[in-house]
Amino acid sequence: MTENTARPAIHRLFRFQWEPAQQAHVLLYPEGMVKLNQSAGEILKRCDGARTVPEIVADLETAFNASGLAPEVEAFLEMADAQNWITWNTD
Amino acid sequence: MDTLLVPPDAMQRRPGPLWLLAEVTYRCPLHCAFCYNPVDFAQAGPELSTDDWLKVIREARALGAAQFGISGGEPLVRDDIEILVREARQLGFYTNLITSGVGLTEARLAALKDAGLDHIQLSFQDATREANDLITNTRTFDLKRKVAAMTKAAGYPTVINCVLHRTNIDHLDRIIEMAAEIGAEYLELANTQYHGWAFLNRQALMPSAAQLAEAEAVTERWKARLGKKMRILFVTPDYQTKKPKKCMNGWGEVFLSVTPDGLALPCHTARMLPGLEFPDVRDHSIDWIWHESPLFNRFRGTAWLPATCQSCEDKDKDHGGCRCQAFMLTGDPGATDPVCPKSPDHALIDAALAEAEKPGGARPLVFRDPKNSTRLGRAF
Repeated sequence: MTENTARPAIHRLFRFQWEPAQQAHVLLYPEGMVKLNQSAGEILKRCDGARTVPEIVADLETAFNASGLAPEVEAFLEMADAQNWITWNTD
Repeated sequence: MDTLLVPPDAMQRRPGPLWLLAEVTYRCPLHCAFCYNPVDFAQAGPELSTDDWLKVIREARALGAAQFGISGGEPLVRDDIEILVREARQLGFYTNLITSGVGLTEARLAALKDAGLDHIQLSFQDATREANDLITNTRTFDLKRKVAAMTKAAGYPTVINCVLHRTNIDHLDRIIEMAAEIGAEYLELANTQYHGWAFLNRQALMPSAAQLAEAEAVTERWKARLGKKMRILFVTPDYQTKKPKKCMNGWGEVFLSVTPDGLALPCHTARMLPGLEFPDVRDHSIDWIWHESPLFNRFRGTAWLPATCQSCEDKDKDHGGCRCQAFMLTGDPGATDPVCPKSPDHALIDAALAEAEKPGGARPLVFRDPKNSTRLGRAF
């Protein structure tokens, strides 16, 4: 797994944006689009290359008044990494 | 619960298009014998103006389209695509330029990048100078590599499309190797779809079953070797797989194409179909074209399907296959796509495949150029 200090960012092959017609966040890539559910959208919105995973988790827990989100976030990021949606800033 | 907040009109409406493909011109410096453009492109009306295209872009985006492709012909022969890209990008489209690379200078690339172009898909025709220059009937091989390096240096992911056919499929190992050398992130290997010029040249372009099997094996080897570094997409030929495909993911479901002379189509080859009126984007809104026009409703869904398909369990998956293929092969655009083994016309496919098994190297090609277009004067 990734170090706690690594900061996920959207991969340069993808563009992340809100689509009014879909009422959803989407990932746009060459000739395609992934429509994201709400939690995926909220996680990726925070993948700005500046925040670490624990920081993203803390931010989500505050925003949604929840706790124990770390496993869900980590599982999603693992999947997102496998899909090439994100890269990791480590420097 | 939430549904009460949605106006009744919006609830009943089908989703808008996701894709807008602007075929801005039929002019092209290449003369590829596998081109899907209509053979009689030389008879098309004058090209849309910049303002016409801007109207199309705005109206399609308002309907929710998120992907904008500029294609042709070779789109770079027009000098206004920077303007179209800028508008599309600013409206939130993901912008794709689909090009042969001919005409892509450093200055032009910088202008497109400044306009916000997201992505460039570069077509490759073959891995050797001789073969590339033969199939395109031009001398463009060195230029392709130069352009690929240039777009990479500009920070673009390198996305290469290569159409496979009888005369280049045996070079696939070298084609993939070349894409890897260039540092491509995506490589699309698209077996020829027999539309337009490709249909005209079908006998010369169709690979044998052995050639195809070898190509798939080569592709699998490279996929295993390169993994995530370069994604390879192998688009299977539906003649050989005998699997009919929906028209562009479903007629009037996600895709909207506009021809150089302003006709809105549910698929880039649909203008060959008889008995249909193709709405002109200068006379109608994209909203009306998508939702109301008889053309976009003609083969939407599955209610129109012939008896062969109505009783088939796969009808929701394939919608009876490609309308153009049905028309070109049987004369009836509403027939079951003959590539389906259940089609009463499937013998036509077997005959074409049997033809491809006959030995013999190069077969004569008719190149896509205005002279041949005028001389032949037919759609395919």
